[in-house]
Amino acid sequence: MSAAKANKAQPHRSPDGGRIDRGTPLSFRFDGQSYQGYAGDTLASALLANGVKLVGRSFKYHRPRGILSAGVEEPNALVQLRSGARHEPNLRATVAELYDGLEATSQNRWPSLAFDVSAINNVFSAFLGAGFYYKTFMGPTRGAWHFYERIIRKAAGLGTAPTLPDPDRYEKAHAHCDLLVVGGGAAGLAAALTAGRSGARVFLVEQDNELGGALLGEAAGAGLAWATDAASELASLPNVRILTRTTAFGFYDHGVMGLVERVADHLPQPGAHQPRQRLWTLRTKQVVIAAGAHERPLVFGDNDIPGVMLAGAVRRYLHRWAVTPGERATVFANHDEAYRTALDLADAGVAVAAVVDPRPVPGGDLLRALAERGIEHLSNHVVVRARGGRHLLGAEVAALDADGNPTEPTRFISSDLLAMSGGWNPAVQLHAQSGGKPQWDSRLFTFVPGTSKQAERSAGAAAGHMTLASALTDGVSAAGAALEALGHALKPIDLPAVEPEAEAVPAPLWEVYTRKGKRFVDFQHDVTAKDLDQAVREGYRAPEHAKRYTTLGMATDQGKTANVNALEVLARARGEAREKLAQTTFRPPYTPVSLGAFGGRDVLRHYHPIRRTPMHAWHEAQGAVMVETGLWMRPRYYPRGNETLFEAMNRETRHVREKVGMVDVSTLGKIDVQGPDAGEFLNRIYANGFKKLPVGKARYGVMLREDGMVFDDGTCSRLSESHYLVTTTTANAARILSHMEYHLQTCWPDLRVHVASVTDQIAAMAIAGPRSRAVLEKAVEGAEVSNEALPFMGVVHARIAGKPVIIFRISFSGELAYEVAAGADHGLAVWEALMEAGQDSEIMAYGTEAMAVMRIEKGHAAGPELSGQTTAADLGLGKLCSTKKPYIGHRLKERPVTADPHRPALVGLVSLEDNKRIPGGAQLVEDPKAQAPVPMLGYATSPTYSITLNKNIALGLLKDGAERMGTTLYATNPLNNTTVKVEVVSPHFFDPEGKRLHA
Amino acid sequence: MRLPCPWCGDRDLNEFGYGGDATLQRPADDAPMKEWVDYVFFRDNPRGSHREHWQHIQGCRAWIVVERDTLTHEITGSWPANEMVVAAPAKSEVTP
Repeated sequence: MSAAKANKAQPHRSPDGGRIDRGTPLSFRFDGQSYQGYAGDTLASALLANGVKLVGRSFKYHRPRGILSAGVEEPNALVQLRSGARHEPNLRATVAELYDGLEATSQNRWPSLAFDVSAINNVFSAFLGAGFYYKTFMGPTRGAWHFYERIIRKAAGLGTAPTLPDPDRYEKAHAHCDLLVVGGGAAGLAAALTAGRSGARVFLVEQDNELGGALLGEAAGAGLAWATDAASELASLPNVRILTRTTAFGFYDHGVMGLVERVADHLPQPGAHQPRQRLWTLRTKQVVIAAGAHERPLVFGDNDIPGVMLAGAVRRYLHRWAVTPGERATVFANHDEAYRTALDLADAGVAVAAVVDPRPVPGGDLLRALAERGIEHLSNHVVVRARGGRHLLGAEVAALDADGNPTEPTRFISSDLLAMSGGWNPAVQLHAQSGGKPQWDSRLFTFVPGTSKQAERSAGAAAGHMTLASALTDGVSAAGAALEALGHALKPIDLPAVEPEAEAVPAPLWEVYTRKGKRFVDFQHDVTAKDLDQAVREGYRAPEHAKRYTTLGMATDQGKTANVNALEVLARARGEAREKLAQTTFRPPYTPVSLGAFGGRDVLRHYHPIRRTPMHAWHEAQGAVMVETGLWMRPRYYPRGNETLFEAMNRETRHVREKVGMVDVSTLGKIDVQGPDAGEFLNRIYANGFKKLPVGKARYGVMLREDGMVFDDGTCSRLSESHYLVTTTTANAARILSHMEYHLQTCWPDLRVHVASVTDQIAAMAIAGPRSRAVLEKAVEGAEVSNEALPFMGVVHARIAGKPVIIFRISFSGELAYEVAAGADHGLAVWEALMEAGQDSEIMAYGTEAMAVMRIEKGHAAGPELSGQTTAADLGLGKLCSTKKPYIGHRLKERPVTADPHRPALVGLVSLEDNKRIPGGAQLVEDPKAQAPVPMLGYATSPTYSITLNKNIALGLLKDGAERMGTTLYATNPLNNTTVKVEVVSPHFFDPEGKRLHA
Repeated sequence: MRLPCPWCGDRDLNEFGYGGDATLQRPADDAPMKEWVDYVFFRDNPRGSHREHWQHIQGCRAWIVVERDTLTHEITGSWPANEMVVAAPAKSEVTP
């Protein structure tokens, strides 16, 4: 068909009727071809209106597939929408609303939809049966997977994933309600209106773009008129919120419901400030599930040929979109309700060849209606096989013998549309997700909701009430029960008088047992009745096993059209009664939800925000190169000119060791501990003692975990009798606070202590180097900072730039050093005042790299050594642990494994090879060329180049470290094939006596 | 899931951190090693009603005890943790 012709005509569109706007024609493209539809169309209805029947290729056999359904249960018509960054695969054409300029492509075909190379799989299908993947790629032939994976991944599967970042925005919303009504069909509208009039806070969610449910897909009548009125009354009620284009996809614990609102999926792209989708977390008190039902296909030969459709879907295309999906139809059904499809098609001018019904005697009125329209009726007959290739040519029909098996010869009935129905399955998915167990209903031959585990009840077709009249009254009574539970008085509503209608009470026919053609049960995953037979033969008899063995029900449609039929086939294959088999577990989501919706705004920086210190602007102004540690941004180094990281690190280190430098340490965790029992509390928290720490003194402290391993370290200062300030490592700040709170509240509630994080309230800077005191003396007011007045580990209150500060004489660098703490608001002023005061002393800011070099030179354990696998003794801190008092971890550090004297202990390593750095994480071995497995004695934790020593050094953990001092080992990293000869030395590389910090 | 904080009312699970079994009692400081090893390393995995510690981290920061059915997630009670502490004996009753 040429583009021009396609644009001119929609050959399968009726001239009038339908809920489409013929005044708003829309252009769209499918596989590059241009077509036209109308506002109100779905992609599926527009394709059918244009006579397009072949829309995709199947998952495994690449068989031609058309449109089976008219709703969310669609297994076949999956397409890719949009292009570029907005490209999205695996969307159901049956629920994709048409917009002007829509671009869709079929998927899983190459090179084209009509001619697909992999369709050869269909011929070789004998080798691709159930368990193909297991048999081929597990066990002894598993290695084959690596060889074939690339080819198989290309041939199997569905659409292609987008490769560009999603340009759209997604939102999350939270809400509460008294009653959630899922589904805006007859039952849902009746329930929502009943509850709405009674004053309850109601959410009504409908996955379609308008309310009405199944009524939209039937000939107009009293029901639809009532639904229109009900919808407008609901819209006027302030206590009712209606969300259309919204799917309740997950029923979680405690009445929490996950909803996804497709805010802009029906538009070419979201409007300004509009999200693409919105994910709702709705907290409900009561839920009425009026989610409707899904029609069941029948299982016969080649029941997947494009042109074979569900009977209810055919009616929906006819009435809602004024589309006649064929020119000559056959109807194959085992219940009265589907006869409506034959009658409605005939009334719309479509030739109906025959109605084929396996039941011996259907109802009299229906036969009369068929006769009036000249439709042949074949009772006690089945369709054995559909015939055709890329589209349907007709159906082979046969009479049934006394045992219900088709007889020969078959008769061929020519038709391009085969409308089938095996009955309807209530949408029990949400009920099952809430904890309910669907039960077998021997009248409807399907599952209906069972006993509720949460405050939910199903209504209408979802509860097995298949006629309009019963759905309406059931909606009212479901709302009534919910209102009673909520304590709201029920206010009645008027229901329309609707004509009696044929009910879908099917005869037990599921599959037509024939060897002709492939009898598909799961269309999307290409699972046939034969595959299920094979699963049972090979021992996968339980539904959960057969499901995994054949992959039935595991496609994106989660077997909405497949599961119940599959159980019937399994029961037949097992030779057991149908009632014995339970459905496999239903899990959220009910229909696919895009990952973007789950991410919402919690992406990129919103997911991983930045914490800035009060001096951040200063660092930036000085051209600092920043590094992210946790969420914090810290200056890594301050390059000058074209300096590299290495050059800047060396310059800054040397400057601190020779003169004076200042580093921002605001990111350290700071916890305020106050109360009469603060000292006792800290005595229990730290491995060393703090109760007797004098006021105005700081002390280095080590915390253990209860299992005896080192948890964290830092300093703790006593500011008054009942007031301590604890610092933690940057990484552990939150964990330590929680740890303290845990012990105070769950173990020692008798201790009168309060703890609070003051990390964000306090700006801190370390000023280090031989000239640091000179800088402070110039800047500080109100306190003496001489060696006598402020000795090592002393603490004083003072003022700098007029701002109150606390000065701690502590050192991480090993130099004469101080930490200055100020209120966060004063941080920058104090920092700048110190920089100003330090001009004469040539003060220089330094970053985390130089800081790390100096702490390695001093042998201070930090992050890489505090790995959670080291004891205090391992880190050379064993003597710090008190023997006079109990503390967290005191008992289990005495376990044989933690007290073992041969454990790897902290050592220093010096590279014996010029200019060769010790690789981080390298294993320490005696002979790197030894026969594997080479005994591993330890590993390097923190390597660096030391400008002070002009050596490549590292800290490491080494078995029997003390005994190995002075020996030679090899640090080897087999990953990049690096080996360096090293000497084992004391971890205190620089100033081991600590003369400098006491200076 | 939602947890009832005794101070803040029903709050979303996202606001809480999990703290494990609340039926354990921290042993006396000098309790035998086995008691300490049991306390730190061994946990029952009960099916049905269970008491657990949770911290309302993104709220009042209180540690609380929540009684939860591990099978159905039904919550049958919650208390401030400090009201539920069984005071540990000052000295172990068992000689190490």
